[in-house]
Amino acid sequence: MSQKITIEPVTRVEGHGKVTVHLDDQNNVSQTRLHIVEFRGFERFVQGRPYWEAPVLVQRLCGICPVSHHLAAAKALDVVVGAGTGDGLTPTGEKMRRLMHYGQIFQSHALHFFHLVSPDLLFGIDGDPAIRNVIGVALMHKDLAVQGVMMRKYGQEIIRATAGKKIHGTGAIPGGINRHLDPAERESFLNGPDPLNIEHMITWAQGALDFFKGYYKEHKEFIDNFAQFPSNHLSIVRKDGALDLYHGVLRAVDNEGNRILDDVDYQDYNEYIEEEVRSWSYMKFPYLKHLGKEKGWYRVGPLARLNTCDFIPSPLAQKEFEEYKAVTNGKPNDMCMHFHYARLIEILHAAEMMKELLNDPDLLTGELTTKGARQPEGVGVIEAPRGTLFHHYRVNEKDQITMANLIVSTTNNNEPMNQSVNRVAKSWMNGHTEITEPMMNAVEVAIRAYDPCLSCATHALGQMPLEISLYDASNNLIDKKRT
Amino acid sequence: MNDKIKIHIDGKECWTTDGTSIIDAAKENGIFIPSLCHVDGIKPAGSCRICNIQVNGRNMTACSTPAVDGMHIESNIPELEEMRKAIIEIMFVAGNHFCPACEKSGNCELQALGYRYQMMVPRFPYEFPEKGVNADSKYIYHDRNRCIMCKRCVRGVIKDGKHVFAFNSRGGENLHIELDTELASQLTEAEALAAMDICPVGAILKKERGYYEPIGERKYDKEPIGSEIENK
Ligand code: SF4
Ligand code: FES
Repeated sequence: MSQKITIEPVTRVEGHGKVTVHLDDQNNVSQTRLHIVEFRGFERFVQGRPYWEAPVLVQRLCGICPVSHHLAAAKALDVVVGAGTGDGLTPTGEKMRRLMHYGQIFQSHALHFFHLVSPDLLFGIDGDPAIRNVIGVALMHKDLAVQGVMMRKYGQEIIRATAGKKIHGTGAIPGGINRHLDPAERESFLNGPDPLNIEHMITWAQGALDFFKGYYKEHKEFIDNFAQFPSNHLSIVRKDGALDLYHGVLRAVDNEGNRILDDVDYQDYNEYIEEEVRSWSYMKFPYLKHLGKEKGWYRVGPLARLNTCDFIPSPLAQKEFEEYKAVTNGKPNDMCMHFHYARLIEILHAAEMMKELLNDPDLLTGELTTKGARQPEGVGVIEAPRGTLFHHYRVNEKDQITMANLIVSTTNNNEPMNQSVNRVAKSWMNGHTEITEPMMNAVEVAIRAYDPCLSCATHALGQMPLEISLYDASNNLIDKKRT
Repeated sequence: MNDKIKIHIDGKECWTTDGTSIIDAAKENGIFIPSLCHVDGIKPAGSCRICNIQVNGRNMTACSTPAVDGMHIESNIPELEEMRKAIIEIMFVAGNHFCPACEKSGNCELQALGYRYQMMVPRFPYEFPEKGVNADSKYIYHDRNRCIMCKRCVRGVIKDGKHVFAFNSRGGENLHIELDTELASQLTEAEALAAMDICPVGAILKKERGYYEPIGERKYDKEPIGSEIENK
């Protein structure tokens, strides 16, 4: 017989989630489940629509990283229009999209770190919830809060200049891009008045990293051990093993660093990845086929990417990467809170990449699109801020989409997020029949490390609208709390 | 030039030639009267009623009524403006007009009028029609769920003397515009593009055109509807 405790909704996670914790007779945690209501209607909704509409339509999936869906769909449709993948596009097409993508990574990571994570670091997991939020950060650490806002703004402006709008842009079209970068805008991104120029962004990205590393030194025990557990890691990497968030081949490593998937063309993802359906969850559980359900699940996102890649192709981030890798002696990093460390290195990398691209003349002139022999289907994969994102479409000879399959980053992280919740529940809740606010926040901190993006983007800035339901062994509700 | 006539629109003295429609006469004199079912170069149908004006207190359609010497016309009065706004709102809810994902966005007359009339929230319930699409011809993708039944295509898209689009009045409530697939298959790419341009909304699409025009460079990004007439 077990008791069931329900925590919902998980706040400061984009969207809605619900955690159930089952206790055994000794009041120890026997089972935990993270339920995420995923919006899967899209795959049906898009059927019959003309294929070129997909990159714009799919952005509705997410209010937080619409650009990732926009680009993943466009990449899949590049294949359909015969433009191929990778260097199949024109230099302008490829580079404008990359700039859009790094702008997106930059703004999304900045939002996540400054708005959603820094409160926990600055005030502690058990800090007073009244100040443990972005408002609290703004009041006590004004500079950090301001930097977060301005970095986000810079990234959004990059998106607007490449996609046409900050959200729901139309820039990426099958086979390329629909615009060049405006020379005046380029000048302003590079050399505009402080702080909205690329040098400032790089400095701030370094500052955020320094802030984290300083914190890490003082709280090593917490950062290393909180919800730590071994897993596989998956991402795309550039052909030569470099970190590449826009394009590459699939690679996965196990917790020892052995490559369990390498140099795989993502057009064939279906042959390697399978999605398990579990009766209690709307969201599927992907795993590597050849390793099976038990052993084949993996993490995606910043932590995974810095485990799969061999190096970072930008000098400042590479230096940080070397220091970061030294923490684990070059072995894969399995520490949940190091997601943040990895994410901050990626912010720096994104800033460096934006600088490199902004200096590239191909953005101002050159062919925008290309196409070749029409194909009946295509797969597009991108490293979204939260991890690997798969889009797969089939298109009939009338130009209509007949099949769409998406595996979003949060779905890829479904099993590891569940594992994290389980670890935290066991260490914070064993022997308790009541949930305290710090316990609830600890569960959230674990989930938040993955930066899961649930379909709708509601933010809880102030109070956490948390509801706790406590059930006895016979499933009777014995307590209900709201913070 | 004895065929010059004088009329008044909203109190303004306007000159035009005998036989000119009121909508064109207004245009010649820098006054914008909105239209949807009417488009230059095609015989007016007078069906959507958005161009309604008042002559001596009587409602008439400006697209299909010729100006007559000495006419006093009211157009920009609250009663008519309110009605125009209501017509736009009804058209929006009657079709699947989801602008952020529609490639006609920025070039759509209905959307442009929605902005002009500051349509914020729909007053009427959404209908979510399911009239289907026709993607069977080479260059045309016809999405009937976005059709506002202006019949511009019926009157204006002709191939070898034959109508490519026809109004289907059978089927009770499910009135819709039917595309003659066989005839449509004979359209050239340029003709298909012209058909797309005739449609005021995103119901007729020239295949694979997509979001080819960047945001900021589309027709109504540069100039809100009517301003090309009013700012002349
Ligand atoms: S398809 Fe377009 S042009 Fe034809 S009736 Fe419908 S809205 Fe008018
Ligand atoms: S434009 Fe005159 S009635 Fe439609």
